[in-house]
Amino acid sequence: MAKQFEDFDANLAGEEGKTEETKTSWFKRIKKGINTKTSEKKETPEGLWAKCPECNYICTVTELREHLFVCPKCSYHHRISSQEYFELLYDNGQFTELFDNIRSKDFLEFTDLKPYKKRLEDIWSKTDLKDSMRVATGTIYGHGIVIACMDFEFIGGSLGSVMGEKFSRAVDYCIAHKQAYMVISKSGGARMMESAFSLMQLAKTSGKLSQLSDAKLPYISLLTDPTFGGISASFGMLGDLNIAEPGALIGFAGPRVIKETIKKDLPEGFQRSEFILEHGFLDFIVPRKGLKDKLGVVLGHFKS
Amino acid sequence: MPTNANRQFLDFEKPIKDLIEEIEHAKHRQEKTKIDMSDVIQRLDQSILDKRKEITRSLSSWQRVQLSRHPDRPYTLKYIEKMTTNFVELYGDRNVKDDKAMVGGFASLDGETVMIIGQQKGINTKMRQLRNFGMANPEGYRKALRLMRLAEKFNKPVITLIDTPGAFPGLEAEERGQGEAIARNIYEMVRLKVPVICVIIGEGASGGALGIGVGDKVFMMENTWYTVISPESCSSILWRSWDKKEVAAEQLRLTADKMLGFGLIDGIIPEPTGGAHWDYNESARILKDYLVPVIKELKLTAPEQRTNNRIEKFGKMGFWEEV
Repeated sequence: MAKQFEDFDANLAGEEGKTEETKTSWFKRIKKGINTKTSEKKETPEGLWAKCPECNYICTVTELREHLFVCPKCSYHHRISSQEYFELLYDNGQFTELFDNIRSKDFLEFTDLKPYKKRLEDIWSKTDLKDSMRVATGTIYGHGIVIACMDFEFIGGSLGSVMGEKFSRAVDYCIAHKQAYMVISKSGGARMMESAFSLMQLAKTSGKLSQLSDAKLPYISLLTDPTFGGISASFGMLGDLNIAEPGALIGFAGPRVIKETIKKDLPEGFQRSEFILEHGFLDFIVPRKGLKDKLGVVLGHFKS
Repeated sequence: MPTNANRQFLDFEKPIKDLIEEIEHAKHRQEKTKIDMSDVIQRLDQSILDKRKEITRSLSSWQRVQLSRHPDRPYTLKYIEKMTTNFVELYGDRNVKDDKAMVGGFASLDGETVMIIGQQKGINTKMRQLRNFGMANPEGYRKALRLMRLAEKFNKPVITLIDTPGAFPGLEAEERGQGEAIARNIYEMVRLKVPVICVIIGEGASGGALGIGVGDKVFMMENTWYTVISPESCSSILWRSWDKKEVAAEQLRLTADKMLGFGLIDGIIPEPTGGAHWDYNESARILKDYLVPVIKELKLTAPEQRTNNRIEKFGKMGFWEEV
């Protein structure tokens, strides 16, 4: 039973067990590192080893952290949290978190194998996260920007009412303070436990984006591994720029569902960032190490 | 419309099937023996009507789902045929191809030109394949958007009839940007300057439905469902089994009455007793009578106000707490 719950998030993304939770024992260790409350995070103990799922390269978590959680050998991009993105991108790692008082409510009293309410309480007790998206404001090379970033560990980064509301308030904030907007996606899609309410967030967020567009403020959508379902069918694909990290799985339907539907094996590299770029849906792919610099240049272009 | 001889029945409709068979027997006997059976037949007809009433009175969520998928249920083109005149079907997305799972065109509704768009399911095995079971590819959504823009240009209201088990999860669909196509439609529909009315006439599954489902008014017909995922897929993901579809349907609160209670739709359009499949003419008449005054009313609002209202309406949807 415990195992069942463990790869819950993996299945939200419709993946075939190739996620942190299911891949190897290595992941359990890294997960522990990332799951550590953000306030205590800096003190990751030395000597914790990490193994790359792509090339099996083994290094310490500290070394991995220095490389921004990108494998030093094969450049595999590990999933990281909102905290790490904020620290990486904002000047001097300085930012102000916004709307962090909003959290999910089990309005429908939805119960699958576990009540939604219990699911929420479990995550709240395990992490500092209130929901699957955090919003912050700060500067990147001096350009004011609001970043809304998803956390995969919170029910698979799923899109529910809270994400929709935070997204909306973030847009309002951008308009009020004339700041650019960036969303970092990492999600299995809509949150089923909020049923049609989660679906309607697609329309809600699109409406807000149209207001942002009228205000002539840039919107950058950064897609990271994985981005599926309701995210790619709404704001994920609606950026003035749609960009992605290398090798990220991005798509509407999950690979498992597609495979079951067409009853054929999927081609190598299917739904990876490079595939999405080749088919014309990304502006560019940017490695995590070059992300901040590239954003700085781009934000400059939007301004001048 | 199916005749009694070739009707198909859901499991919970079986009592009706038996009554129909009894009528056939009675008719047969009447012919053979020349004894007047009209009293019996009349009584049986009344029993059928009572049974239809009784069945729809106490439907479970899953039974509503079953009714929404009834093989005899009228589809988009049937409603267009019965509700409108001068329908001119328009094909193609001007880009890749014509998606047979998404149909649309100009038509006259109560003397006024409207653009009607909707997913189309097939009426027999061959047609079901041609229509891809009502699952549109990206080109279907782009065709729909092209038609909506055309309507906007000539200031004609848009009506969408939604009936899909989902956007097609195929390899080519991904290559051609299924996510982007739906996202673009949602985004553009929010801003469309003409009145937009959406009606769920059968299945309303997730992004595939919302891709033509952002309107000033969104209605559901009585025996339809609308939510973020089909009960079957929800069961397989959350319960890890395909057998919990009934529970999933219940938990998802996907029926019209629940959706209206949540404020996620604007109204429920009744169906003939027992479901739309019993009487196409009546179903279309009820729908038409609903649509005509709503279009008139929406036209009174200025276009900019209308889009603002639309953004605000969807902007209110959701539940959360502030701590």
